[in-house]
This record gives sequence, structure tokens and C-alpha cells, in this order.
Amino acid sequence: MPLLEVKDLSMHFDAIVAADNLNVTVDAGEVVGIIGPNGAGKTTFLNLVTGYLKPQKGRIMLMGKDIVGLRPHEITAMGVARSFQMPQLFLELTVLENILVALATGSSRSLHSWRPLKNKERINEAHEILDRLGLDEMHNRLAGEIPEGDRKLLDVAMAFALKPKLLFMDEPTSGVSTEDKFQVMDRLMNVLNQSEVTTVFIEHDMSVVRRYAKRVLVFNEGKVMADGHPEAILKKETQSIQGVEIKCCK
Amino acid sequence: MNRTSQQTTLIVLLGFMVVLGFILPDWMRYLFTVALCKAFVVLGIVILLRAGLVSFGHALFFAAAAYSVAFSANLWGIREALVLIILGVLASLALAAIIGLLVAGYREIFFAMLTLAFSMAFFGVLVKAYKFTGGTDGLHIPSPTILGLQFSPEISSIAKYFLTLFCLLIVVYLINRLVNSPFGYTLRAVKENEIRVSYMGCSVRKAVYLAFLISGGLAGLGGSLITFDVGHIDPYLSYWTTSGEFVFVALLSGTGNVFACLGGSVFVEFIKTYAFKYAPYTWQMVLGGIMLVVILFSPGGLWALYENLRRRMKMGGKKFDAIT
Repeated sequence: MPLLEVKDLSMHFDAIVAADNLNVTVDAGEVVGIIGPNGAGKTTFLNLVTGYLKPQKGRIMLMGKDIVGLRPHEITAMGVARSFQMPQLFLELTVLENILVALATGSSRSLHSWRPLKNKERINEAHEILDRLGLDEMHNRLAGEIPEGDRKLLDVAMAFALKPKLLFMDEPTSGVSTEDKFQVMDRLMNVLNQSEVTTVFIEHDMSVVRRYAKRVLVFNEGKVMADGHPEAILKKETQSIQGVEIKCCK
Repeated sequence: MNRTSQQTTLIVLLGFMVVLGFILPDWMRYLFTVALCKAFVVLGIVILLRAGLVSFGHALFFAAAAYSVAFSANLWGIREALVLIILGVLASLALAAIIGLLVAGYREIFFAMLTLAFSMAFFGVLVKAYKFTGGTDGLHIPSPTILGLQFSPEISSIAKYFLTLFCLLIVVYLINRLVNSPFGYTLRAVKENEIRVSYMGCSVRKAVYLAFLISGGLAGLGGSLITFDVGHIDPYLSYWTTSGEFVFVALLSGTGNVFACLGGSVFVEFIKTYAFKYAPYTWQMVLGGIMLVVILFSPGGLWALYENLRRRMKMGGKKFDAIT
């Protein structure tokens, strides 16, 4: 049984087609890169699967269970986490507190825990996550004060702290300098691979997709135009898949 | 503030309050008790403020509990304070449970206005249901027994003070635990970023509802206790100006620490009394002026002012050590 199965998913915003009878399956352990031009429906797909938007048609099966109509917190509680194009952090909390809140919510899945948030066990776990992502040095700084690249990492770290089965990342390297891009992705993918988290990420940088994705989905006008191994899809520096121009870089 | 210094502050404060209970003149003990009763409501407001919500209708729960105590005492002849407190809190919790369902989905001005509307509707009911509530004349509440003991009027004032202090001690402990628990941090997180809270697997609506319930219960506790001290209640307990006063004290105190609400509440009660004594026609202006000064110079409230002073004194101490 696939971990995620999307069947005939449709979503229109007036005349704009964001998802047009979309069919996607993701198996456990895969690392899938989603590419496509702006307005292709990549982020809409992510918003539909994580419950932010409700599709007008179609089914979304997570581990065999239909999740259409469930709210984001219910889908998250089923083991789906996401990071955002614009990092969604608690800017007035410290880096450590951001992770602690995620850990507490992820582990108890309830609001009824009376144990202090900052207990030794949880603090150690938070430090371990931050350390693996190279953020531990700034654990005492407010999330609103750290550089953009680190905010991106923290955003993913918070999703990772929920111990998800399936993690969606929306443009994890956007806003990160070209020099830091691979360093950020190396850290992220190492942590995710070690924890065997199934990962789906949206990316515009083909060099990142080529290096980290095991499978690539090409989106355009709400449809999957191509699905396959990155080398097969990105074999030429510039190629066109059914009219979608993909610019590759080595 | 770390845990040790918080425990030290609590012990010192408690010792100070116990001593005050014995040495204060009656009129001042009365003021202190009233201020402490109001501090419960302020604590409730602060819990909501931590989630970024301002309630302009908490006087509703305050009054609901007070009237519930009055009905229980007058209609059913219940005299035991602890039973009356429980009944008062249950009444306010029941109302908060119903109203919370309706307001938990709203934010900012809509939340504030909805709570205000419910409070004013309740005020209208209290005024119009003269047969039951005594209308604007209000209701008289006989002095209760505490653990079955009936005190003489001289001792009764001290007993009520210590009953309030005892309840406050338990509440401060519980609320302190709550603000440091995952739920307490979730409320801060709700204030900052609801989307992220949802994507952490937590229902924002449920968190807000729970906060509203706790907050309403606290207002109910304050409302139950104040009836014992004042001995007479009227619909103005649920009027919007009463709600406004609670918000005023919460903002003046600051949301940084639970102790701030106690200090803020006592501070405002005394300022109000003295301002009324020396400037009976302009006392609201005095309160407004103080609020203005606090907002301008310490937007985090009196607690932030205290924290700044403490930090400066610490830094001063370090410099002195370095010189010596």
C-alpha cells in the first residue's frame, strides 16, 4: 500500500486550474522532488494534501485512509508534517523553545500535559535535533533574530521534531545563498535519511533536485507532466516536457 | 525569572501577605481582599492575553458566580463558603463552556466585541429580572461559615482575607504550572502563528476554548470570593466598565508573570481608593494618566518595569564587583 495516494484531485480558483485530475502516489522511504514553473500547482498540491485547502474533487489516501475534509492538525496528527516557503516560526520564542513546543505537541498530541515544557529529557532531545542541523549554537537566540537560511532549517527542524512519517518541504533552499544551499540541504537530507522519513520537496533549483531527489514529478497547469528518475528527466541541460521548459544546471 | 528565585519570591510574598492579614486595619484589609479577588479575574484575562485575545466581557463570569453564590445562599440556605465557591465557579464554568463554543473561532476586535456583547446581555438580564435578582438594588449575601465555623464580625474580616489568600495560593501555583506547561507555550504560539500551531498537530480552536474555560473559571472564583467580602452584589458587577477595569489592570500589570497580576490588582485598588478620596471628580483621569505613563515608559507593564530595575541592579552589582 502506498504511503500517499492522490486520485483524480481537482482544484480550481475561478478560471485558474491549480489541480486537474491529479494522480500521484508516494511510497514509504521515497525522496520525491516536485518541479515546475510558477503557477503549476505545486504549492496547491501541498496545501491540498496537508488539509489547508479542500479539493473540489478527488481522493487523498494516507496509509489507505481518506483524509479529504480533515483539518491540518488532524492530518498532522496522522504523521504528516510540512515546512513552508516562508518559514513559519514563533519569532518571540528562542530557537530551543520553538523545537521544545514542537516536540511537546508532537509527542503528546494533546493539550493536557501538566509536565513543564522545559524538562531535562525534552531539552536533551531538542538539543540533539538542533545539533544535527547545525543550529545548536544559536539555541538561546530568538527565532526572529537568526539569519534567513537558519530560519529555513529551523522551520524544517520543527516539522522533523513531530516525528513524521511523511514530510513535505516547500522550497527548502529559497532565500538561502548559493554557497550555503548545498550545505543546508546536506544537513537536512542526512537527518531525514537517517530517520527514514519519506520526503517530498518542492524545488526550483534543478541542481538541488538532481542531487537529492530519487524521483522527480514535473507539474504544469495542475497536472503531472512527467514522473521518473531525476537523471532520466533532467538528462539535458534544457529540455521541454510536453511544452514545460525545464532549465537544468550541473 | 528562574525557578529558585520564583520560589523565593513566592515564599517572601506569602509571608508578607500573612503578616499583613494580621496587622492591617480593617478598611485596608477589606481593600486588600477585594484586590486579591479581582486578581483572579486579572489572571484569567492574562491567560487569554498570552494567546493574543482580549476579553471585554469577563465581568459576566465574575457576576454570574457572584449571583450564583447569592442565589445558593438566599434560596437554598447554603452557608458554607467552600460549597458556595464551588457552586459559583461551576456556574461561571458552565457559561464559559457555552459562550466559549461561540467565541473560540473569533480573533482580535471580533472576539473582544463578542465577549462584551454577551456581558452586556447578561447585565440586561440581571437588571430586568427584578423578581429574582433585585434589579439594580441587587442582593444581600449573609456572612458565610468557613469550614463550618461562624466567625464574629471582627474575626470574619481576617478569616475572609485568609480564605481568599489560600485560594490565591493554590491558583497561583496551578497557573504558574500552566504557563510553563506545553499548553502555556501553545497559547503563546497561538498568539504568534496559528498556522504553525495547526501544523504541529494541535487544534487552535480547542486551545483557545480551553484557555477561555480556565479564564472564565478564574473569573468565577474571584466573583464567588468577592461576595463574601462585600456582602452585597448588583448588576454593575457585569457592566462593561468592570470588564474594562480587569483589562486595564492586566495591561498595567503585564503578562510576564503571574505575580504581576497580584501586584497590579493591589496597586490599582489602592490608587483608585486614594484618587477617589483626593480627587472625587477626576479619579478616572488619575488612573488614565498612570496607564498612559506605564504604556509610554514600560509597555510590558509594571512587571517589565520591575524586571528592568532588577536587571539594572544586578548589572550595577557586577560592575561594583569588578571595581573592587
